[in-house]
Amino acid sequence: MRLNEHPILNFQKRRGKKIKIYFEGQPLDAYEGETIAMALHAAGIRVLSYSGEKHRPRGLFCAIGKCSSCLVKVNGIPNVRSCITLVEDGMRIERQQGKEEIPKTVKPPQWKDAIKVEGDVVIIGGGPAGLMAAINAAKAGAKVVLIDENPMLGGQLVKQTHKFFGKREQFAGVRGVKIAEILIEQAEKNENIELYTETSAIGIFQENDRKLVVAIRKNKELVEFWGKAIVVATGAMEKMIPFENNDLPGIYGAGAIQTLMNTYGVKPADRVLIVGAGNVGLILAYQLLQAGVEVKAIIEAMPKVGGYFVHAAKVRRLGIPILTRHTILRAEGKEKVERAIVAQLDENWKPIPGTEKVFDVDVIALAVGLRPSIELLHQAGCQIAYIRELSGHVVRRDARMETTIKGIFVAGDAAGIEEATTAMLEGKIAGISAALYSGKSNISWLKEIEKTQKELTEFRSGPFGKHVLEGIKKVMVGEINE
Amino acid sequence: MSEKDIIICRCNDVTQKEIEDLIDQGITDIEEIKRLTRIGMGPCQGRTCIPLVMRIIARKTGKKIEEIPVPATRVPTRPVPMGVLAGAMNNEE
Ligand SMILES: Cc1cc2nc3c(=O)[nH]c(=O)nc-3n(C[C@H](O)[C@H](O)[C@H](O)COP(=O)(O)OP(=O)(O)OC[C@H]3O[C@@H](n4cnc5c(N)ncnc54)[C@H](O)[C@@H]3O)c2cc1C
Ligand code: FES
Ligand code: FES
Repeated sequence: MRLNEHPILNFQKRRGKKIKIYFEGQPLDAYEGETIAMALHAAGIRVLSYSGEKHRPRGLFCAIGKCSSCLVKVNGIPNVRSCITLVEDGMRIERQQGKEEIPKTVKPPQWKDAIKVEGDVVIIGGGPAGLMAAINAAKAGAKVVLIDENPMLGGQLVKQTHKFFGKREQFAGVRGVKIAEILIEQAEKNENIELYTETSAIGIFQENDRKLVVAIRKNKELVEFWGKAIVVATGAMEKMIPFENNDLPGIYGAGAIQTLMNTYGVKPADRVLIVGAGNVGLILAYQLLQAGVEVKAIIEAMPKVGGYFVHAAKVRRLGIPILTRHTILRAEGKEKVERAIVAQLDENWKPIPGTEKVFDVDVIALAVGLRPSIELLHQAGCQIAYIRELSGHVVRRDARMETTIKGIFVAGDAAGIEEATTAMLEGKIAGISAALYSGKSNISWLKEIEKTQKELTEFRSGPFGKHVLEGIKKVMVGEINE
Repeated sequence: MSEKDIIICRCNDVTQKEIEDLIDQGITDIEEIKRLTRIGMGPCQGRTCIPLVMRIIARKTGKKIEEIPVPATRVPTRPVPMGVLAGAMNNEE
């Protein structure tokens, strides 16, 4: 089902031309500009593939191209991530059955045919961090190429319908979607920035003093992006948790639900159980209500709510129960979620027998945290460390966001889970640093870096920032800037 | 409760029980668990499962997550529909 009325978003205006796609031979309506998984979800289709070994049904999970849970066959070609691939008129889509081979008649692109793109700074990821890196590297004098695997720039910001907290005059009180629009416009207008969407970076290499990012564009073209410096701003990935049937279609990451309803205007569910009462879970509950979805409850394993008090109070006022010290035991349903079974936890985090509750829901939202997406940095050979305060493995880096490989910089959630404001500030620092490294900028820009470092420190001086600062201390190489 | 339905590696269909059984047999090295079960070798390159596996190892052996080495990340770091690079950069050992 599609959303036509929404208090903040206007989808009728956003949707493109109506077209026809075919799923397992059946014709379906879709709109230009939406991805395959969104169109299928709107048509009530949850099962996108069956797993290879155990033939279990699988559906969406992250909806931003990171988990590979949504692979389908498109016009006979397997391994297409349906969540980030746009629909085309007449497209034939089939469920993938485990691992499938490409048809013999299809000739894969060859290395020698790869398109070559040159820049001073190559930026991977077009969320707030990557966009700010691009805008500032270009201002500082570099020719910038920015790539993003999603069809839309803006990263996680494009689905934040709520007004941003934070004290930075510029953006506090502005809705995330709006911030994204502002940044995208600045990047698009800048002649020194080339933008490539639907382009996935799959590897980073070094040749003498030049760096190479190998990417696949629109699932078919091989593209080589050459530059002197690279900024990795690949964001984060949602965490999964172990429970019975945790792979059943309808168990979605919180961000995926936001993508469905806030980016593409598809009603994600009728009734939802949210797991996790941090800010993401609380905000999600509120956004679901706006989209006309019933939220049965929010469960939280910890003894108290993790998110801000204001968000929790608002959710409770709207009549959504928050059950602390509860966990999910299992999901039930034939090919998709029909029920969720939860139970109370004792002091040792063991479920207490007899406290089970059943919720009749068709979607279970996991809002159990994010983890930095460092795979490209790890593959490139950057040193990594596990830092709890930054929510997982992160790369070692210095105060200018340079990793242990000279000329490779990191910014935003990929450097450690924080928020959009810090992502933007880190992006700015990384962008200017990368421009300086490329030799296209001059040292007067160091002042701008220092100024931004100060802003970051100021922003992190709150209680939440303290925790992050502890983590940053542990990953820093070289001088600590505080 | 049926442990066999707790999926840790979605890509290659590996359950929590299969991993715990290996650890109970004394196999606690993540690279070895990877070779035996193929966790982390699916199209997502372990992004979903490796953190979960590390937590299981930590819980069962008393090791800290910090002490468990992260398996190498190989090219391509994203599933590649056209079988591009299949020969040049095969990541199946
Ligand atoms: C529910 C929710 C509410 C939030 N509310 C707030 C709030 O009120 N205030 C606040 O400050 N923050 C908030 N945040 C956090 C904020 O959205 C993120 O911290 C911020 O978006 C991080 O920016 P980023 O640029 O690092 O990553 P992202 O925004 O995730 O962008 C990363 C981009 O990189 C691309 N990418 C990744 N890998 C590749 C690859 N291999 N090749 C090409 N492209 C790639 C992705 O497609 C994506 O577009 C919220 C987050 C959530 C989930
Ligand atoms: S990659 Fe498509 S749902 Fe995660
Ligand atoms: S979930 Fe294990 S490799 Fe993808």
